[in-house]
Amino acid sequence: MNPSAEKNPTQAPRDLTFRILRYNQHLPGDKPRVQEYHLQEALGMTIFIALNWIREHQDPTLQFDFVCRAGICGSCGMIVNGEPRLACRTLTRSYENPEITLLPMPVFELIADLSVNTGKDMRRMAERVESWIHDPEQDKIDISALEPAMEPEVAEEIYELERCIECGICLAACGTRRMRKDFLGAAGFMRVARFYKDPRDKRTADDFYEVLGDEHGVFGCMTLLGCEDYCPKQLPHQEQIAFLRRKLAST
Amino acid sequence: MNIIYTDHLVIGGGLAGLRTAIATKERGQDAIIVSLVPAKRSHSAAAQGGMQASLGNSLMGEGDDEDVHFGDTVRGSDWGCDQKVARMFVNTAPKAIRQLAVWGVPWSRVQAGPRHAVINAQTVTLTEKIEAHGLITARDFGGTKKWRTCYTSDGTGHTMLYAMDNRAIQDKIPVHERQEAIALIHEGDVCFGAIVRDLITGKLSAYVAKATTIATGGYGRLYSTTTNALICKGTGAGIALDTGKVALGNMEAVQFHPTAIVPAGILVTEGCRGDGGLLRDVDGYRFMPDYEPEKKELASRDVVSRRMTEHIRKGKGVASPYGYHLWLDITNLGREHIEKNLREVKDICEYFLGIDPAVEWIPVRPTQHYSMGGVRTDENGMAYGLKGLFAVGEAACWDLHGFNRLGGNSVAETVVAGMIVGERVADYIEAHQIDIGTQLVQRFLKQEQEAINRLMARDQGENAWELRNQMQEVMMEHVGIFRNAKDLEAGVEKLKALLVRSQKIAIKTKATGANAELTEALRVPKMIRLALCVAYGALQRTESRGAHAREDFPARDDANWLKRTLAYWKNPGDLLPQLKYEPLNVKEMELPPGFRGYGKANIVEHPDTAARLAEVEQVKAELKEQGRHAIQAKLMPVDLPLRYQDTNERLFRGRT
Ligand SMILES: Cc1cc2nc3c(=O)[nH]c(=O)nc-3n(C[C@H](O)[C@H](O)[C@H](O)COP(=O)(O)OP(=O)(O)OC[C@H]3O[C@@H](n4cnc5c(N)ncnc54)[C@H](O)[C@@H]3O)c2cc1C
Ligand code: SF4
Ligand code: FES
Repeated sequence: MNPSAEKNPTQAPRDLTFRILRYNQHLPGDKPRVQEYHLQEALGMTIFIALNWIREHQDPTLQFDFVCRAGICGSCGMIVNGEPRLACRTLTRSYENPEITLLPMPVFELIADLSVNTGKDMRRMAERVESWIHDPEQDKIDISALEPAMEPEVAEEIYELERCIECGICLAACGTRRMRKDFLGAAGFMRVARFYKDPRDKRTADDFYEVLGDEHGVFGCMTLLGCEDYCPKQLPHQEQIAFLRRKLAST
Repeated sequence: MNIIYTDHLVIGGGLAGLRTAIATKERGQDAIIVSLVPAKRSHSAAAQGGMQASLGNSLMGEGDDEDVHFGDTVRGSDWGCDQKVARMFVNTAPKAIRQLAVWGVPWSRVQAGPRHAVINAQTVTLTEKIEAHGLITARDFGGTKKWRTCYTSDGTGHTMLYAMDNRAIQDKIPVHERQEAIALIHEGDVCFGAIVRDLITGKLSAYVAKATTIATGGYGRLYSTTTNALICKGTGAGIALDTGKVALGNMEAVQFHPTAIVPAGILVTEGCRGDGGLLRDVDGYRFMPDYEPEKKELASRDVVSRRMTEHIRKGKGVASPYGYHLWLDITNLGREHIEKNLREVKDICEYFLGIDPAVEWIPVRPTQHYSMGGVRTDENGMAYGLKGLFAVGEAACWDLHGFNRLGGNSVAETVVAGMIVGERVADYIEAHQIDIGTQLVQRFLKQEQEAINRLMARDQGENAWELRNQMQEVMMEHVGIFRNAKDLEAGVEKLKALLVRSQKIAIKTKATGANAELTEALRVPKMIRLALCVAYGALQRTESRGAHAREDFPARDDANWLKRTLAYWKNPGDLLPQLKYEPLNVKEMELPPGFRGYGKANIVEHPDTAARLAEVEQVKAELKEQGRHAIQAKLMPVDLPLRYQDTNERLFRGRT
């Protein structure tokens, strides 16, 4: 028998209260306010399920973003009871208190209600750190020939750092970014570390210094480490920031 | 009036759209991508399992090549695919994966020396050769003769999409995010671009282009239980259908994946079974070997999904508040393997089920997964019905997959199609000028704006979400894994009624922009029309082929049904699509129809099959000395873009 068979949780349903910050600039006369919604908790309910239920049954005007609803696309960052989280993979039962407050992530341009424009900032980040392999010979490689070999551990190490889903949670959790809008932030540092460690990328420490060397880069970080605490992919931010500082300090 | 001009308008920023845009941009043309979401959030990111390409580097892939991949793909499709497309695809897939390696994908690599693997529930030791060390490795996937599915740990789609989008950023291709194409601009038999709605401001723009490519992904959200992302609503195919001119191909060919978790519908990758995971029933019994003694858990998806459904019907399912399910057991793979190679699976179990898959079984059931049908195109990716309109990726019916696609062939298709079709689009752009008056553009803009205004003005009427939910239930119940005339007929009638109701949607949200209710209201009638194409096509197809399983017509009927369904929506007021059929030519097939080697052998033979089989054998015998490339070229010549014509090199084999 399945070892987990008897563990099926059969909770008595709770009444949940959602307090949601509402504001839609595209609705003439709309003003920021907190709106309350009530619903009954269901088995396996996530904030994704709850918000859709509210929208489809109580209030069609509510705006929020979900795409994959599986914790992989990075669309659904929001502030849940004071902490930035991926709403799609946050189970309501993980909160003992049945009152849940939802706010849009700060730092990003507000679209409406819980929807913010993370994509725009992430494209800017990618352009700024030149988030691609730099190799002038790249396009001369014959793609019909055997591929150049790579050590398996190197491939794994790169993948480890590439797991960022650009959700922006690290930026929403970053004290430095809140003060300085041009501060690159953890997602950008992680991207640089990813290319730094990639032997296919021919950029040198000097090249990366150009991107990261000023106060908006890795030396501007105040090491508050909200990024490390909240990154849903548990990326090793502290370690990589230290790594980049070490490398760039010696250039 | 906002008009944006470009050479190439690409609708969709997933793998397929990005790769096609890159192809034309690298030929010196400009391209603009419009996408509902930032490109990196496209559904392509969800592919965990891998990408098929016959590199043959790893031990269990030795002996693999384009021909073996071709055979697997055609058999997988249940002979429904376009074999020329399949041939172009298998020849180009190794190049695609190697190019992505150059562009930054950290493909998992072969580690020389011994390692443990679980094959058929037995732990075995595989010793990888020293020469293969550091080359791209591969894993086992359903329906393949060799281990051919290349992967990046558990994040294949993510790393592919990131590398591809990064390349697009490097190439300075603009991605206009949070934009939805809601209509194509066309006149006569030419497409001139699309009307696009800004999902933030609500404003409409006209994108006028020499060539337009639809790369909008699948239509999984026509079903209530699906592994697909919320944005996989098929609206790209919808706007093509709405022209009344473009055909959608094989819309009834819908794949169900055997293992999505219950209730969330989130996929756990086929890699679980590929790596040695087992399916168990309510008694903990491993049932697949009873049904499929050879391939067991790794028969193709359509077969495994049906066997699971059959088994549940026999009373062997596990009851839950969300209906019956079965168990996926990966505990035998060990914690280390799960935490390294199947970490996404572990995360999903933890976050969405609250279980630890290293010690507990995962509740799974077959769930809608992949849309084989889509905008019907020719070999060059150009849509039937409108010049200058192309389609690639899951949105297209290029027809690589026929009636069932193999796992790992889909992300491979997106990239390969982007490469091949991208070249054809560039050729087309070079040969054509935009010749269009602003009046035409204005007419289309006005038509769409007025439709929106009417919706906004209606105070009382139907609720968009309610209609959508009802449609999804109808599809699940009537047009699911097993189909029959009675259920399908009832389903079609229900959908027709929903389509009528969808003309009277009213919305409560009066915001001009950032209005999810309005956005949904604009999509729902399109989705119901697509659903009708699926359901009506399924009703008419009185045979079983691949994923299309008719209980009342269990045989694969090559004599009558070796043909592709083409669905047209001739008039906006119609309640049903017009169906036409396009025969597949057995006389041109490199691999004439036969038994797939799994599932049930129940085939009504095509009259040309025997003769073609004999012919193929004869050619093989005659050209034996000249090798497989010569034989292939003789049997079924294909026309690849020049830059992709080289033969592929393999370890120990060179370019033979
Ligand atoms: C959970 C899951 C796992 C999978 N795993 C694998 C695997 O391991 N191997 C494999 O080969 N395949 C796998 N697949 C299938 C594969 O991922 C998809 O078929 C493939 O990624 C589709 O890519 P695409 O570029 O065609 O579309 P998508 O990646 O879906 O992109 C569609 C794009 O179109 C945009 N769009 C849609 N409609 C509009 C519109 N009207 N206007 C503007 N933009 C629009 C979207 O914003 C998006 O950018 C998996 C699928 C799922 C659901
Ligand atoms: S680093 Fe982590 S928190 Fe920041 S964007 Fe990436 S995944 Fe999100
Ligand atoms: S919706 Fe994709 S991460 Fe939450």
